[in-house]
Amino acid sequence: MNQFQYNKANESLSAVKLAAKDPNAHFLAGGTNLIDLMKMGVVIPSKLIDINHLPFSKIEKMPHALRVGALVTNSDVAENDLIKSHFPLLSLAINAGASPQLRNMATVGGNLMQRTRCPYFFDTTMPCNKRSPGSGCGALEGINRMHAIFGASEQCIAVNPSDMNVAMRALDAVVHVSGPKGERAIPIADFHRLPGNHPELDNTLQKGELITAVDLPYTPFTKNVYYLKVRDRSSYAFALTSAAVALYIENGTIKEARLAMGGVAHKPWRLTIAEEFLKGKAVSEDHFKQASQIAMQGAKAYQYNQFKLKLAPNTLVQSLKMASGIASS
Amino acid sequence: MKKDTIGEPLNRVDGRLKVTGGAKYSGEYKFPNLTYAVLVPTTITNGTVTAVDIRAAKYAPGVLAVITPFNAPKVPGYQPDAKKPVKGLKLFNDNQIHFNGQPIALVVADTFERATYAASLVKATYQAQPFETNFHKNFDSGVTPDGGKYKDYVRGEADAYKNAPVKIEQEYIQPSEMHNPMELHVTTAYWEGDDHVTVYTKSQGVMSSQRAVAAAFDLEPTNVQINSRFVGGAFGSSLRTWPHEIAAVQAARLVKRPVKLTLTREQMFTLVGYRPLTIQKIGLGATADGKLVGITHESHSQTAVYEEFTEGAVNVSRFLYQSPNANTRYKVVPLNIGVPAPMRGPGESTGAYALESAMDELSYALNLDPIELRLRNYTDADQERNLPWSSKYLKECYQLGADRIGWSNRAQKPGTVKDGDWLVGYGIGCGAFGAYRGHAEAKIKLMADGSVNIQSATTDIGPGTNTAMIVIAADTLGLPAEKITFDLGNSSLPPAPTQGGSSTVSSVGSAVHDVCVALKQKLYILQGKPQDSTDDIDYAGVLKQQNLPYLEVTKGSQSGDNAKNYSMYSFSAHFAKVYVHPLTGVVKIKNLIAVVDAGKIVNHKTAASQMKGGAVGGIGMAMTEEAIIDDRFGRYVNGNFADYHVPVNADIPQIEAIFIDKADPIINPVGTKGIGEISLIGVAPAIANAVYNATGIRVRDLPITPDKLI
Ligand SMILES: Cc1cc2nc3c(=O)[nH]c(=O)nc-3n(C[C@H](O)[C@H](O)[C@H](O)COP(=O)(O)OP(=O)(O)OC[C@H]3O[C@@H](n4cnc5c(N)ncnc54)[C@H](O)[C@@H]3O)c2cc1C
Repeated sequence: MNQFQYNKANESLSAVKLAAKDPNAHFLAGGTNLIDLMKMGVVIPSKLIDINHLPFSKIEKMPHALRVGALVTNSDVAENDLIKSHFPLLSLAINAGASPQLRNMATVGGNLMQRTRCPYFFDTTMPCNKRSPGSGCGALEGINRMHAIFGASEQCIAVNPSDMNVAMRALDAVVHVSGPKGERAIPIADFHRLPGNHPELDNTLQKGELITAVDLPYTPFTKNVYYLKVRDRSSYAFALTSAAVALYIENGTIKEARLAMGGVAHKPWRLTIAEEFLKGKAVSEDHFKQASQIAMQGAKAYQYNQFKLKLAPNTLVQSLKMASGIASS
Repeated sequence: MKKDTIGEPLNRVDGRLKVTGGAKYSGEYKFPNLTYAVLVPTTITNGTVTAVDIRAAKYAPGVLAVITPFNAPKVPGYQPDAKKPVKGLKLFNDNQIHFNGQPIALVVADTFERATYAASLVKATYQAQPFETNFHKNFDSGVTPDGGKYKDYVRGEADAYKNAPVKIEQEYIQPSEMHNPMELHVTTAYWEGDDHVTVYTKSQGVMSSQRAVAAAFDLEPTNVQINSRFVGGAFGSSLRTWPHEIAAVQAARLVKRPVKLTLTREQMFTLVGYRPLTIQKIGLGATADGKLVGITHESHSQTAVYEEFTEGAVNVSRFLYQSPNANTRYKVVPLNIGVPAPMRGPGESTGAYALESAMDELSYALNLDPIELRLRNYTDADQERNLPWSSKYLKECYQLGADRIGWSNRAQKPGTVKDGDWLVGYGIGCGAFGAYRGHAEAKIKLMADGSVNIQSATTDIGPGTNTAMIVIAADTLGLPAEKITFDLGNSSLPPAPTQGGSSTVSSVGSAVHDVCVALKQKLYILQGKPQDSTDDIDYAGVLKQQNLPYLEVTKGSQSGDNAKNYSMYSFSAHFAKVYVHPLTGVVKIKNLIAVVDAGKIVNHKTAASQMKGGAVGGIGMAMTEEAIIDDRFGRYVNGNFADYHVPVNADIPQIEAIFIDKADPIINPVGTKGIGEISLIGVAPAIANAVYNATGIRVRDLPITPDKLI
């Protein structure tokens, strides 16, 4: 590991200033992702700005949204009563991720920002445009079983590994940031990006910007929700494919649907056309299958992730069945 | 007085130490002036290292030495004129690179962090050569290993299955699987003078480690002391002394201070062996009523270009079932990869996956219950060696397991049993592993207070050897277990074989039994009684009466000629009940039953634990574990615990071990046959067969991940 400076931030403005000045400064939250990357030599910060003492550890009721501080741990979000009653989908998604030990350390801000788990990104001896722009994409013709089927580019086919982000995408979360130029709010749809020609950029955060909170606008999706994560072992594994489903059902009819998938793209993947399709439809496996086929439009697989073309829609169907209560366990 | 007897469930004598952190593992010993070594792995896969620039590393803070192929002190055992040449990779002895991850330097510093940092400053230049890591591409360059053991085997006619009325012919792939014990491999060494070294290391055999270090440094074995008191799992990865262990000893000699070398998890994917990627072809032919007429078993597996690794993948097909014709072929494919090592259940578990899957396929081809097929081809003698079994209760295993798993709820037609959305399936897979017994010695010391200490240079990599030995001693002496202590894990104790091949209880347990008998005989004689008396002994009383402060006896023990006259195996039948989700391909193992014919069970509690541990290993083999190399680079892409999936608790169902528990009358005085390996052998096919029964999908390449079932 290389030497770095450690700064403990006591207020957000100075943290932002410090970060804006130094292109190699990184905020340190739970450290569960950043420290690993430092050990691997993937990220070599000159400066760590420890933000753990900033006042972003609260979950507050606002008029139009629930505000979750950037430093609330994943465990605390998942177990919070307000979250469980208003956003059970988020709770399910977070608990499907990592392990209890990791969730106890991981924060909301850190989870939004977590890097891909692509092995070529992690191994500094192999090519990766995300880690080392211009070096090539190791995964494109490599071991790409875990990789994207939507929105990838020749430069990068990595996926966003988060479970939390998928639920947040379905719930239209809004990310609040504070930066050198002041504060702004970024809808989650615009927060993560597709790789295009700049896979080194995971998101639209600007240099020095600090996530302070995430707003979860109140929704009617408190009952018929499900997060299904299909993975290689029962826990402590990243998603092969996952599906966040939130339905508002009245008398057997879907009034509104929110659908997002994980493990399929460089950002949490929202399925708006399938949502539209389900609107007004009766709850039925057939409709779910049709919606899933619609959701798969534009999907493209590589050598080792062909199975996702089938597993992804199946995951969605099953998650829809679970959410609507027509699956028998 | 309470006596502890063989068979009863005794708690682990060191259980408390283990759960309270009191048990010290090799990496936990502290020494004054301890230094830390870190390896620098190469990033090329074949060729030579032409130069190593160590300037920056050497002058980094705290650095004491940087060893490279260009400055390494000579290891005598690596030289062409060595008295006892060391086999395998001769680390830092030359500049050849054979595989990616091979260390090209070792840095010693006063702290681990400083050594790690300095290691990152080492820069090497290479002359890279083309390399081969792709097993499939190089399949045809497989060679038959030297030595009669691996010659093609033919009984009757080769490939006779081809002409049978009913036949199946299939290929099965076992991927590379890493031992991945939780405890990292750690070696600490320090020298006293130039001819005396003490080593604390993760070892399954302190005597063999002693021989290896002595040979490498041309020392008297008695001048090498190896300690391996507690081992946090090994599964075969510590059966031998690895080149990096020699390098740690070499570094300690150079810096004249204790050196501790800890492998990283990633390094454990390249430096301490693994179960090799193996492709097997099985041909089975049978009559219409399910009598085998031919078994053919061919195996190709990976090995390293610099060292040949072989194992008994095809052996099981020669003796497990009755068949007039049987033939096997075994080949290895040398590649630019680290050398494999036996991994729990070694080749036999790879072989059983293929044979037992094929038997299952044949049962469906015949439309016959898989257990019935096994019964129709049951053997009452070993056809390979033409010898009677020393004991065999596999039929009883079938029955007990079938009853316990609820086999009668199984449907012969796949995909027909359901529970809600889930498909339900049942499977059986059998295993056999040779029951071995080696030479071992034990020393017993009776103290004035009537307590007893026994010593033998065996190890305990987790099965509870300590406890088992105490049970045997308690039973033989007629004493409660609390009166007995057992010392192991130190090469200065009376010699014992390496802990491997399920033979420890058989070998060391026999020595313990025999030394206890010898002590009793001595005490009877002291009392003027015939030595074969049977009356209870007042141990403290006899010593007092004889005015002796203590009494010591040492005894060696080994098998007689019986191994020549009998075929000795442990047998197991594993049963699995699985649920498979038809949409997501997710498999939930609901139940695993292991029924075991392993002779007399010395301690039902630790034996059951060992069976469960083996079953967990089998679940990993069946469901989750696969080390993957990107053949363009020759590097593993999942060399860590996030991406290489060992099973987690949530993957593990209720596991039940059922023991036949009948003493084998031939193998040793206690009648034990060994369970370490058969606890795993047969588990993977039981699960794969259950998955087929549930879904109609036959997975012939492990692991059975969800993508293969949709
Ligand atoms: C073995 C393993 C398995 C895992 N499995 C899963 C899984 O199955 N599903 C899943 O979703 N996740 C999983 N994770 C990832 C885990 O969720 C993330 O590591 C965690 O959420 C990161 O949060 P953190 O607070 O520790 O972030 P840190 O490691 O502290 O930071 C991560 C990044 O975010 C930046 N950052 C942190 N906070 C802020 C902020 N407020 N503003 C701006 N930037 C910020 C940091 O600078 C850094 O670049 C796993 C991780 C590991 C190690």
